[in-house]
Amino acid sequence: MQNSSPVADDRHDSAASHRILVSRKNAGRALVVLASLGLLLVLLIQILHATGAIAAGFADWRPILYGYLLWAIAFGVGQVVARGERGLRALFLLPAVLFTVAVVIFPTLFGIYIASLDWNLSSFEGPHFNGLNNLIGLFHDTYYWNALGNMIFYTVAVLGEYAIAFGLALLLNAEIRARKFFRVVFLLPLMLSPVAVSWMIGKSLMEYRFGPAATLARNLGWDNPAFFASPWAARLSIEAMDAWVSIPFIMILLLAGLQAMPKDVLEAAKVDGASGWQSFWHVTFPIMLPVSVTVLIIRIIFKLKLADIVINVTAGGPGGATDTVSSFIYRVYRDRSNVGYGTGLAMFYLLLIIIFLTVLLRLSKRWTQKVA
Amino acid sequence: MAIVASASQPVRKHHAASRKKRLLSRVLIYGALLLWAFVCLFPIYWTISTSFKSALDVTQGHLIPWLDFQPDWKGWRSLGLSPDTILQTSTARAEFMSRFGNSIITSVGASVLALVLGSLAAYGLSRFRFRFGWMRNDDILFFFMSQLILPPVVLALPFLVLYKALSLLDTRLGLILLYTLTVLPIVIWIMRDQFNSIPIELDEAAFVDGLSIWGAFFRIVLPLAVPGMVAAFILSLVLCWNEYFFAALLTSTDAKTLPVMVASQTGSQGINWWSMAALSTAAIAPLVIVGIFLERYIVSGLTAGAGK
Repeated sequence: MQNSSPVADDRHDSAASHRILVSRKNAGRALVVLASLGLLLVLLIQILHATGAIAAGFADWRPILYGYLLWAIAFGVGQVVARGERGLRALFLLPAVLFTVAVVIFPTLFGIYIASLDWNLSSFEGPHFNGLNNLIGLFHDTYYWNALGNMIFYTVAVLGEYAIAFGLALLLNAEIRARKFFRVVFLLPLMLSPVAVSWMIGKSLMEYRFGPAATLARNLGWDNPAFFASPWAARLSIEAMDAWVSIPFIMILLLAGLQAMPKDVLEAAKVDGASGWQSFWHVTFPIMLPVSVTVLIIRIIFKLKLADIVINVTAGGPGGATDTVSSFIYRVYRDRSNVGYGTGLAMFYLLLIIIFLTVLLRLSKRWTQKVA
Repeated sequence: MAIVASASQPVRKHHAASRKKRLLSRVLIYGALLLWAFVCLFPIYWTISTSFKSALDVTQGHLIPWLDFQPDWKGWRSLGLSPDTILQTSTARAEFMSRFGNSIITSVGASVLALVLGSLAAYGLSRFRFRFGWMRNDDILFFFMSQLILPPVVLALPFLVLYKALSLLDTRLGLILLYTLTVLPIVIWIMRDQFNSIPIELDEAAFVDGLSIWGAFFRIVLPLAVPGMVAAFILSLVLCWNEYFFAALLTSTDAKTLPVMVASQTGSQGINWWSMAALSTAAIAPLVIVGIFLERYIVSGLTAGAGK
């Protein structure tokens, strides 16, 4: 690909183009250096201003943002000037990379720093450095470990969602009338905002006194259909709502996998006299395994972020039985305004997620390759 | 109806037993389909119908309009959106409209920004070989995709502090930047898949015709990538419209989005069911419409790269 595009400079004689290239290279570099120095200068002024060393400065840190934007533009122009064709190519990737560095990498690093502070945003005292105290405190926080335990339940429950979604995908893949209608209807829950779902299902359908779900449960013989009173009922109810929203996602991906499946394999199984159940278990399921594993991993990643429904329906109750890590940290911040401790909890959670997913990806690689 | 029709016209002649079995399986399949369709639709139906109910109809569990209960614009009146109140001034409607506007601006803004950044990056990753230190194309792609695992809580509190310093708290721009970051990996994934499906010979032909890299991108490749862009845009729109966590932490008055408004109403005890139902209906209506009419794009967005 490197030689596929003509470079205008190639047509000049080599010595002249060399001279131009050198001067262009220097100009480009100078621009980048200049811009970087400018940004650093603004940053330095603002830091000194914020710490009270000098009077001159800006009211807030917003100019640093504009400075970064200008620096990014200068950096891009510098790339093109200095590296020509290759700079033009880099320009495709640069905006996304610089954006990501600014809004993901930098805040994450900043978060690691905050995690080492005792910082109550609502008090006037400001941050204190307290080293590993947040980390030590976290190990004694039974509510946090309880939330982590709940995450295990929610993660395992993904398997149940997967089973239902697989069934639905098989149904949609069968020879049926009105397939389009059913597909649209089955997809609808995915479109709804979890917050609206919290009210629609959690707070009204499952309402103890006159929600239709409670009425139905009473008619089915559950005398006391309190969906959110006992820990397990509450956990299962939250999981049911989350499943309702996210099953369509799994279903759509599995359906795509089923439709891409070679038809002749199933025909062959039929000719061999396999029953429907046998051909599913010995043909469809193994062929679908790589897709399944991919879907499950994506779904688990999203599941680990579960928060909205819990915050809005039970706020973690009863007694933390439905808490997810995210909803717990949300309350830690809302109730105690302790940014330092909250961030510490979040960082530890991120660490656990990374370890868990790395192991999961390792293990799943073996699974997907065994079949493929 | 369809069950009988399809089962009574077998292509080949079957024995009575296998015919019975076939009929049974048809009944089971359609039974399961209808059951799940009911599961999907009932909460939506319940919400919409409740917005037209009075307190008595709610407590007695009336379900079917005109037969069970007399529908009334009750819920919509409390939002100032019923026919008789729509022309009067209403503080509830003013608040709702401002939240609605915030949701539209933030979700469209973030989707556009993510689409621009993501398409460029995806095209670069699909066409050129980059080297950034030890990172090759696959590593760079992984770098972008790895942000998907970042739970919102990890970024939420640092952003709270940063936005306070940048005076971006409670601004739509602040939310747009965050939402862009949450959907960017998905956009890159969909768009890379889209660009990979466009033959590279087209780019080369454009270079021969004297177009620069960027000229080829804008004039030849981008018009062909419109389906992928539409899919990525709609998917981002849905995700941003529904986002609650960041909005709840980072907005207070000016930039509050619709989910935050819905949530704050649910939190208060003794809220009228009908007005809550009307609010929920209004919050989900745009997406239900998107889901019905643009389902094709959502499915193609979700399945980008799957099964290949």
